[in-house]
Amino acid sequence: MSLLAGARDRFILGENRFGLRPDLGLVASMIEPESRLLDVGCDDGALLDYLVRELGCDGRGMEISQAGVNACVARGLPVIQGDADRHLVDYPDDSFDYVILSHTLQAVHRPGEVLRQMMRIADVAIVSILNFGHWRARLSLVTRGRMPHTRFIPEPWFMTSTIRPCTVRDFLDLVRLEGLLTGDCYGIAKEREVTVIRSGFEGQANLFAEQAVFEVLPAKKRKPGRRS
Amino acid sequence: MTEAPRAVHEIQDDLPGPRAELAGGAAVRLESGERLGPVRVAYQTWGTLNDARNNTVLICHALTGDQYAFGTHPVTGKKGWWESMVGPGKPIDTDRFHVVCPNCLGGCMGTTGPAAVDPATGELYGTSFPIITIGDMVNVQAMLLDHLGIEKVMCVIGGSMGAMQVLDWAARYPDRVVSAVPIAGAARHSAQNIAFHEVGRQAIMADPNWCGGFYYREGKRPEKGLSVARMAAHITYLSEPALWRKFGRELQNRYMKSYEGFGADFQVESYLRHQGASFVERFDANAYLYITRAMDYFDLEADHGGDLAKAWQGTKARFLLTSFTSDWLFPTSESKEVVHSLIRAGVNVSFVEIESDKGHDAFLLDEPDLFETTSGFLDSVARDLGF
Repeated sequence: MSLLAGARDRFILGENRFGLRPDLGLVASMIEPESRLLDVGCDDGALLDYLVRELGCDGRGMEISQAGVNACVARGLPVIQGDADRHLVDYPDDSFDYVILSHTLQAVHRPGEVLRQMMRIADVAIVSILNFGHWRARLSLVTRGRMPHTRFIPEPWFMTSTIRPCTVRDFLDLVRLEGLLTGDCYGIAKEREVTVIRSGFEGQANLFAEQAVFEVLPAKKRKPGRRS
Repeated sequence: MTEAPRAVHEIQDDLPGPRAELAGGAAVRLESGERLGPVRVAYQTWGTLNDARNNTVLICHALTGDQYAFGTHPVTGKKGWWESMVGPGKPIDTDRFHVVCPNCLGGCMGTTGPAAVDPATGELYGTSFPIITIGDMVNVQAMLLDHLGIEKVMCVIGGSMGAMQVLDWAARYPDRVVSAVPIAGAARHSAQNIAFHEVGRQAIMADPNWCGGFYYREGKRPEKGLSVARMAAHITYLSEPALWRKFGRELQNRYMKSYEGFGADFQVESYLRHQGASFVERFDANAYLYITRAMDYFDLEADHGGDLAKAWQGTKARFLLTSFTSDWLFPTSESKEVVHSLIRAGVNVSFVEIESDKGHDAFLLDEPDLFETTSGFLDSVARDLGF
C-alpha cells in the first residue's frame, strides 16, 4: 500500500508504522517496489532499511560519516563510506533504477556534476532540497540582513552542511541546464503538509515549501516500469 | 650461564592444540604443480559448533601470526594476537560463534612448513620445501574444514595477509562463504611491498648461519638476518606519526648522545632491536622466506584475466572491507580497488575507512570503530542465519 493513498494536490503525510521521518516517507512512496537503488547520504540507513525490508528493493547506501556507516552495517545494509562529489564515479553506467539524494545535493561541491553522475548510473534520481526561497527565509534575509535562519534552516551559516543553498526555482533551472526533465515534484511545509508542484505553479511552491522533493528524469527515457 | 631457548623448529611439535592430518595423509597438489604431503595443520578453536553447523568464523592470520589468536601464547607467554577482537562478548564472540584459527601452510607453529620433517628424507625440509601460494594456504584451510565436518562458514575474516586469504576464499570457494571480512588488505601485493619483502629475505639469506636454508642440521640459526628482516618490516607496519608520538627523538637511558659508536642511543633503535630479538624466538627464518614469497605472488586480478570483478562471479557472500587512513603498506586505495570490483560484480559490499594514525598495525590494536563495524556486521550475518 502506498504511503500516499488517496493523494490529491494537497495532503498531509501521516505517521507511518516504520517510524520514517515524514519527508523520507514521501521519498519512499516515489520508489517502485523491488527496484535496484542507491541511497546517497543514507545517514543511519532508516530509509534504506525500509526500502529493502518492506519494499523488497535491492538497496545500496553511501554515507560519509563513520557513525552512519556503522549504523547501516549493523542493520545488515550494504553501505560504502564515501561522498557524492568523489565516489559516484565508481559505479558503472545504469547500475540502478533509482538513486536517492535526500538533503545531500546542497552539501556537495559540484551539484551539476553530481546530478550528471546520478543520471549516468540510474534511470531516475529522487532529489530533496531545503528551499531557501520560502517566504520566511526571504523575510529573514530582508528584515535581518543576515542569512536565513528559520525553523527549517536551524543552523547559522557557518555551521550548516548546506554549502550550496538554493531555491525551488534554482534547482529547476539546474535541471533544465543539464538537459533533464522533472517528473513528480512535491513541496513540503511544516514537515508534513505536502503540495504537488504543478508545472506553471513553481513560484507558489517556491514561496510556501520549506522542503521540496523532485523526481528527475533523463530527457528521453521514460520512467522505469515495475520490475517483476 | 643459562642455555639458549630452544629454536622454534625444535618446539613446534610440543605446542598445545589439535593437529589435523589432511586428505588421510595423501599428498596435496600445490598451485606450482608440485605435490606436498602428508600435510598437517595445527589449529585452535573456541566456542561451540551449533546444531545447524553454520556458526563457524574462520580467522586467517597475518604473515607473522599464528593460530593463537586468543588465550596465552605458549611461546611468548603474552596474550593472543587478536584478543581485542576475539573472545566472550568481543566482536568475534566466542559465546555465540564457533571460531577456528589454523596456522597457515608454510608456518612454523605446527602446520607443515619448511621447518617440518620431509617424509622422503627424514630430515627437515629447509629450502627443499616447495614454493607455496596464498591459494595453497586457502586450499589447506578448506581441507581442514572438511576434516572438521564444516561445509560452510558464516564468516572468513583476517587482516593483512589474512585479508588476502579472505579474498582468495571468497573467489575460490564462493559456496562455502556466507560473509567475508578482509581488513587492511589488497587483491595483489604492490611493487613497494614486494621490495620490502625482498630486503627481509636478503637479510636472512646474507646471514652466514642460514646455510643455504639447511641451518637445522648445522645446529645454527640465522637470528641476525631474521631480526633485521623483522626490524625493517616492523617499520612498514607503523606510521611516521605513530613512531614520533611513541619515541620522538628521545634517547635510551641517557641524557645526551653517547658519541660512542653504534649502540642504541635512540629509543626507537632500542625498540626495533627488541622487536627483532623477540621475533626470532617465535619464528622460523625459512618460514619467513616462504610466506613472504607467497604474499608477493598473490595477484587475484591476474588470476582472473586482468578483471578482478570476474573473481566474484558466483559469490553470494556479503563483504565488509576496512582500511585505515595511515596504513601505507596496504593503503585505502588497495581496498577501494577491491570494493570497485565488487560493485561492478553486483556483490553486497560495505566499506569503511577508519581514521587512525597507527598505520597498518591498527587492525591488531584498540580501534573502537573497527570493533563496532565488525560486530554490527557479524550480528547481522548471524541474524540472517537465524541465531
